[in-house]
Amino acid sequence: MATLTPHKKACTVNPLKMSAPIGAALAYLGVDRAMPVLHGSQGCTAFGLVVYVRHFKETIPLQTTAMNEVSTILGGLENIEQAVDNIYKRAKPALLGLASTGLTETKGDDVAGYLKLMRDKHPEWEGMEVVYASTPDYVGSLETGWAAAVAAMVERLADPSSERLPTQVNILANCHLTPGDIEEIRDIVESFNLQPIILPDLSGSLDGHIPETFVPHTLGGTKVEEIRAMGRSCHTLVIGESMGGAAEALKAKTGVDYTLFDRLTGLEASDAFIQRLMDLTGHPATRKLKKQRSQLQDAMLDGHFYFGGVKAAIGAEPDLLYALGSFLTEMGAEIEAAVTTVESPVLEKLIAKELLVGDLEDLEQRAAHCGLLVTHSHGRQAAERLGIPFHRAGIPLFDRLGAAHQVTVGYRGTKELVFELGNLLWSNAHEPHPDDWRLDHENTQTIARH
Amino acid sequence: MSALKDKVASVMEEPACAKNQGKDGKERKKGCGKALTPGAAAGGCAFDGAKISLQPITDVAHLVHGPIACEGNSWDNRNTPSSGPSLFRTGFTTDMGELDVIYGGEKKLFRAIREVIEKYDPPAVFVYQTCVPAMIGDDIEAVCKAAREKFGKPVIPVNIPGFVGSKNLGAKLAGEALLDYVIGTVEPETTTPYDIAVIAEYNVAGDFWAVKPLLDALGIRVLANISGDARYNDIACAHRARAAMMVCSKAMINVARKLEERYAIPYFEGSFYGISDTSEALRQIAKLLVNKGAPEELLVRTEALIAREEARVWAQIEPYRVALKGKKVLLFTGGVKSWSVVSALQEAGMEVVGTSMRKSTQEDRERVIEIMGTDAHMFDELPPREMYRMLKASEADIMLSGPRSQFVALKAKTPWLDVNQERHHAYAGYAGFVTLVQEIHKSISNPVWEQVKRPAPWERDGKDEGIRMKDEENRPQDAAPHPSSLILHP
Ligand code: SF4
Repeated sequence: MATLTPHKKACTVNPLKMSAPIGAALAYLGVDRAMPVLHGSQGCTAFGLVVYVRHFKETIPLQTTAMNEVSTILGGLENIEQAVDNIYKRAKPALLGLASTGLTETKGDDVAGYLKLMRDKHPEWEGMEVVYASTPDYVGSLETGWAAAVAAMVERLADPSSERLPTQVNILANCHLTPGDIEEIRDIVESFNLQPIILPDLSGSLDGHIPETFVPHTLGGTKVEEIRAMGRSCHTLVIGESMGGAAEALKAKTGVDYTLFDRLTGLEASDAFIQRLMDLTGHPATRKLKKQRSQLQDAMLDGHFYFGGVKAAIGAEPDLLYALGSFLTEMGAEIEAAVTTVESPVLEKLIAKELLVGDLEDLEQRAAHCGLLVTHSHGRQAAERLGIPFHRAGIPLFDRLGAAHQVTVGYRGTKELVFELGNLLWSNAHEPHPDDWRLDHENTQTIARH
Repeated sequence: MSALKDKVASVMEEPACAKNQGKDGKERKKGCGKALTPGAAAGGCAFDGAKISLQPITDVAHLVHGPIACEGNSWDNRNTPSSGPSLFRTGFTTDMGELDVIYGGEKKLFRAIREVIEKYDPPAVFVYQTCVPAMIGDDIEAVCKAAREKFGKPVIPVNIPGFVGSKNLGAKLAGEALLDYVIGTVEPETTTPYDIAVIAEYNVAGDFWAVKPLLDALGIRVLANISGDARYNDIACAHRARAAMMVCSKAMINVARKLEERYAIPYFEGSFYGISDTSEALRQIAKLLVNKGAPEELLVRTEALIAREEARVWAQIEPYRVALKGKKVLLFTGGVKSWSVVSALQEAGMEVVGTSMRKSTQEDRERVIEIMGTDAHMFDELPPREMYRMLKASEADIMLSGPRSQFVALKAKTPWLDVNQERHHAYAGYAGFVTLVQEIHKSISNPVWEQVKRPAPWERDGKDEGIRMKDEENRPQDAAPHPSSLILHP
């Protein structure tokens, strides 16, 4: 158990953290026919866009209310109206996902109240849902912003119902699950004859499919009608501690109870998930799952040699840090330093020698004597300077192919991770050298003199 | 804030900007930043533009004052390499939190400057203002002044919060910061009649390194490159250059003009893209230097070098010219430098079927018309949907653009080449032009285009069951099909 050291420096050096508004935007991108809009100046949107284009290698719909100095001081509500109306006219998305930024929050526009008025003024917007999440840049991180947007979506869209469909479940996914992870989770859940409604579902929108025509909004993802129907599900499966708030919001609105899984990476974590699905449905696990479990066991046995005793330094958002850190610990590695972006209760459970809110400078300083560095692509400079094996995980991954298709959940995903990290550690393993066992110089001389 | 307003106004009235001259007084005041349409806007903010222009100064610390968004979402994402120091690739930010917003961020900024100086000891610190601290009234100019006095080091305020305007405006204002605080503050150890300054060349993908050997061969010294692979000290000495070349057609024109005004440094506007533009640039540099007193034989040597290098490039690209003859190119450089790239592509035998003029000046437009012989292929705006249609309909054989439209092209299964800041190849100078031609050829001739266009086995009978069918097969027998997983192609 590690205690979290808060951030002390005035100057963050090599940021680990990204901002909440772009986290919210990403969550909206997991909805079918959606258009995320940042209420702020154009630059915030431009940066966010580049981050996701490079990470997913896809075109990304993302708009801005285009605030400037004057409109910010006067208040940006008019810009919101214009933006929503322009987008309605040009793209007619099913969902327009708004997120505030530091700029507009500093001014303190009452966006939620204003949107209510706007809906009355624009009856033609009927058919386009507008959801708003408050995400000032100076609070939280990408993970926080994503969670806020999901909570906003279920609060606004999920319909309460007394009906419970015995085969329909909700899945609330955190921001670290890749499209590949989502696909894997869907397969697992469907193998219990359940129909999952997954929110957000990046596996529909950002999975790299090649559409027939070009559309100005997302194509694929959770449908708005499905979000409405979440109130009729028999249960909600929540992936990641950061989604606790959204799960509570859904429960408060619809009464659907939930189970929270703080991670899905690792044998034990996957067992807990499968166990819950068995209990919920009364169905046994399929032959395929059983086989995957035994393959994972085997991979862990084959792989543990390379992990045992390895000192690792990890920099990641809380949920991902917990998932990867726990996995490494379970494989026999030791977490020398864990650096994260914001405080989170899930980290109380992490086993690490040192745990702090910080940046990649903090991580680099602590990784000097480690045998493994894990963080997002911005760790590349540190890895180069330190010359230690580097595994990329998190957002952004801009210098690797296939970020969307990395799978690290469930038995199969964990097995993939054992192989990937195991191979990385193996190829960097120390080869014996004649000098390895040299006695230290002074001692040798002392003995020779006698 | 009012000092900032004056700056913005003065830059917007830039007399050397061709686009401005065409406007009347009122229009001109509005400046180059068109009012953006909420919900239909694209492009970076002024802070972004300032950062692009100054970040290539390699040995200084670039410290961004603001919440995490501005630096956290964007650091180390440009490929402007350094031949030495790497401090410019380190991301520094005050990462303002809620309390800083409530109580003001000036103290934190001061402490941050101290931390940077104590830990990294750079020759200078550039401090960038962003929107939130500007809103709450943090006075970065005062903080920088205090820090300068306290630490005895240049601490340069770059007071350009994003919301004052576009990227282009930001680039110009960044130039003002250099003029106000950096240029002219240091005297070079020696000077020669062959010293030049290059303005607005950022050494993207090593572009400048493809040009510098040509200048070296002529004995021309680049006293200051603003700002690719630059050192702080070089830029501080820029006022001693004998002549200047202004590389990009719009960014930092104010720097060129003011160097001329204040220090009598003559400048010309040129480009290093393509054979004839490169030769022309070398000629102009030589001419200006000779006008300022360099020996005349420089002109002769320059012509000799041009003749030798041109012959060499033509020979090098000859094998590709046959393959590329008549190939149709769609070009989106964001407007800047497009005339130069258009003529370069024509030199290689290709045909430009469309180019974006979104950010271009009237002068740029005229140049493109002159080169292409018509304005029929100039687009102010090409929405992604239309771009996609054109590419799908094979109206172009390749698209050259930046990463934002990269995946429009790739999804249309059309060859694409990066010509913006994130690219990995230098395209400037004669050598860079050869690379450009080779890269275009490599892309167009890749067998992958034919591979990915092949119909799937289940499409051969004309019916596209696609992913739909596969999903149904994999579904457990007694479960009802799930709506969202079935339909990927509505
Ligand atoms: S618009 Fe303002 S807040 Fe947004 S990225 Fe640019 S400087 Fe930062």
